[in-house]
Amino acid sequence: MEIRNAVAGTLESGDIMVQIAPAETEGLHIDLDSSVAAQFGKQIRRVIEETLTGLGVENAQVKAVDKGALDCTIRARVTAAAVRATGKDVWK
Amino acid sequence: MERLRRTMMFVPGNNPGMMQDAFIYGPDCIMLDLEDSVTMAEKDAARLLVYNALKTIDYGDTEMVVRINPLNTPYGKKDVEAVVKAGVDVVRMPKTETADEVRELEAEILKVEEELGCVGRTRIMAAIESALGIVNAYEIATASERMMGIALGAEDYTANLKTPRSKSGEELRLARETIVVAARAAGICCFDTVFSNLDDMETFRNEVEFIKTLGFDGKSIINPRQIEIVNEVFAPSQKDIDKARKIVAAIKEAQAKGSGVIAVNGKMVDKPVVIRAERVIQLAIASGIISEEEL
Repeated sequence: MEIRNAVAGTLESGDIMVQIAPAETEGLHIDLDSSVAAQFGKQIRRVIEETLTGLGVENAQVKAVDKGALDCTIRARVTAAAVRATGKDVWK
Repeated sequence: MERLRRTMMFVPGNNPGMMQDAFIYGPDCIMLDLEDSVTMAEKDAARLLVYNALKTIDYGDTEMVVRINPLNTPYGKKDVEAVVKAGVDVVRMPKTETADEVRELEAEILKVEEELGCVGRTRIMAAIESALGIVNAYEIATASERMMGIALGAEDYTANLKTPRSKSGEELRLARETIVVAARAAGICCFDTVFSNLDDMETFRNEVEFIKTLGFDGKSIINPRQIEIVNEVFAPSQKDIDKARKIVAAIKEAQAKGSGVIAVNGKMVDKPVVIRAERVIQLAIASGIISEEEL
């Protein structure tokens, strides 16, 4: 799947900014910056991974800056970034 | 009993922080907005955010409404598909001018509901924001069995009238009265427009008192601080509650006796009085003045 650089989300409280770029090596490489990384880092990464895998994105460089987003917000922002990066239609 | 809709709080559809906290303040309805508060570049992201929020966040008894983009834009139909799939209670159509537009929205909703196997689940409300919309208010209000309500959108309406908005709201008089009468004739709800100046709560309270007198079910609001004032204004007086309780007691007594005639203080009570009494009791419970157990 071809991937372009794309971003979605904001740095406002309760949101997460997700940038997706082509990976230099195979797999999903997630760079997470979150003030709650110690408590929720694993969960945030899992939601990002699951969302991307579900969309068929297996190889990508992901930079996520979390501002206390709920899982549903993380899913929405990762999906928006992935749609912008791949052109995939998630509603079909 | 029809649900209470005193407050419909507008929440920008691309602001997750506000979307997740909105119900904490206790509005009767929350309207997640995909239209004016979302830039064109963010329509896709806001749609996904609203979809995921509706699917995940438990908003309790709050009625969930989403304002979609007009169907004649590249976003409107996609918005309908997303929010119906997410199980929204009500789709709010902006800038409604004709009954045909409501029927077009209904057809779009039906298409998605048929795919999901939940035909008839989603209701519709129409925002009327132009002179043509006011002229067609009753046709719009009766355009579909799904209609939950109609609402006035004053900014676009006054722009269309070529008049500025005033503190007294004189320029909105015909629109407000038309919307209330059309809604009542159609048997649906009606909502007044937003009041944007959060530094002038006195004028806001006066406006809420005025629109309550006109007969509106509630007001569109833009900030949680406005909820308490609307609820206070819509709360019934102790005198009204006492009277309503007597009527409700008389209904129970008549039912116990198997009598179809309801009398209070020796006077027969007509159906409209009963309906009004039930609404007063509903508002009194919602306002926390009396509890259901007390009845």
